[in-house]
Amino acid sequence: MTAFLSSSFMHNIFGGLATGVIYSLVALSLVIIWQSTHVLNFAQGAMAMLATYIGMTEIDRGIGYWWCVIISVVVGMALGGLTERVLIRPLYGKPEINPIVVMVGFLGVLEALAAAIWTSTTRNITEPFSQIYYQDHGHLVFLSAFIVFQILLAIGIMLLVAALFRFTKLGLQLRASALAPEVSRLLGIRVGRMLTIGWMLSAGVGAVAAVIVASGNFGLFPTDMDGIFVAGFIAAAVGGLESPIGAVAGGLLIGLAEQFILAYWSPNVAPLGGIIILVLALMIRPQGLFSKSVSRRV
Amino acid sequence: MIKVDDLSVNYGAVRALREVSFDAPTGQITAVLGANGAGKTTLLRTISGLVKPRNGDVHLDETNLIGMATENIARLGVGHVPEGRGVIEELTVEENLRLGALSAKVNLAEGLSEQYERFPVLGERRRRHCSTLSGGERQMLAMARALIARPRVLLLDEPSLGLAPQVTAQLMRTIRELCENEDLTVLLVEQNAKSALRIAHRAVVLHLGSVVANGDAQSVAADDDLRRYYLGVVVS
Repeated sequence: MTAFLSSSFMHNIFGGLATGVIYSLVALSLVIIWQSTHVLNFAQGAMAMLATYIGMTEIDRGIGYWWCVIISVVVGMALGGLTERVLIRPLYGKPEINPIVVMVGFLGVLEALAAAIWTSTTRNITEPFSQIYYQDHGHLVFLSAFIVFQILLAIGIMLLVAALFRFTKLGLQLRASALAPEVSRLLGIRVGRMLTIGWMLSAGVGAVAAVIVASGNFGLFPTDMDGIFVAGFIAAAVGGLESPIGAVAGGLLIGLAEQFILAYWSPNVAPLGGIIILVLALMIRPQGLFSKSVSRRV
Repeated sequence: MIKVDDLSVNYGAVRALREVSFDAPTGQITAVLGANGAGKTTLLRTISGLVKPRNGDVHLDETNLIGMATENIARLGVGHVPEGRGVIEELTVEENLRLGALSAKVNLAEGLSEQYERFPVLGERRRRHCSTLSGGERQMLAMARALIARPRVLLLDEPSLGLAPQVTAQLMRTIRELCENEDLTVLLVEQNAKSALRIAHRAVVLHLGSVVANGDAQSVAADDDLRRYYLGVVVS
């Protein structure tokens, strides 16, 4: 058993899952916004980065790690809500390209802002758990306390979001507002408020992903979330954009693919892992692996 | 009571409603009749705040509904069952009902058991997705979802559309009972003038957005010219 756990195969599995959960969180956050407002939020990664930078500023003042996580998530949610109210709300009912253009612009603004305030350097949070790999009878098992924490935190957030949508009154109203806005309003549901809450939730989930990245070995650079956003977007597209479970599965799949390509082929090709999966998925099931709808406007 | 006063609605250059005025008294069914494109659906959508009128007022008792947001009108107790029924297919029967009860301050468990008693088939299918329901079942669900909020006013848009005649007859009886037992104000939009006039107390006939007749249902039903020209009912 020890030999198996410390094999290079399991190394790649653990490594792939660790990256994959980050992609899954970003993908999940994109799906939440897509479902409620049919906007693809290109600034999702940058918003998460900025929220985490603000959280990190506070940790520099001596608050603990968990406070930093909470502050980042709260700031992320506030930023998400504000973005919906100020930038997106005036664009409902306009051509679908409008919010995309606005959010791409917003992405640039946020990254420039972060670089202007905190300079273009990598910042990181002192990780709360050890990054040193476990050992079992002298054999390295490629899991550290931090990787375990990262995977469990991501899974915890996903379960929380799933439970919120499935079992709470708020979740029911969020789903109804996304599925049938007009009928929901006729039933007295404050659809506008639900859209704002949807954006807040999504940005909060995104912020968790950025916090995990910032806690890792390599820290967080102002543009670091761009590549993660692309992987998360591909994960969401592979999963079918409408399916939270599909988004999570897509993220894990891409994380694993990248890790195995890196290990068995070349680190230079690894970022192609997502693209390869996207092409395969589009060939087999163009509507997304987990989507129930037959076709979708593009 | 719903009081519609001098209501005009334009869709671009098209005048969908022209100076429409009538009263729908409390505890009575007011049928709104007319051919396709007469403005019946527009009338209901304007009362619910989904369409902004060019001119005119709609009062629910003392409150002017014009200018209010749709969700606030709903929270005042205006239940609107839209054309095509508007059940949310991706949700289960019970989730649809829970949505109906959410914004009204009603006891959910009581409301659910009351609706399941009234429409037993919904109770049997409570965990099913609505996409699996038949047309008649969807209509019952849409009605139940509106009723669970204990509305003061019920706006029904073509409830008989696509239903078998027996189902329609049953539905009409249910509407009449509700109206009498719960003191509801009902606005019943129908193309099927015959079945609507059978249960309505009053009737308003629209033609190209204008009111061409407004009176008690029996006199409208007895007016051969009205029936021939506007209601498409063959005079026997």
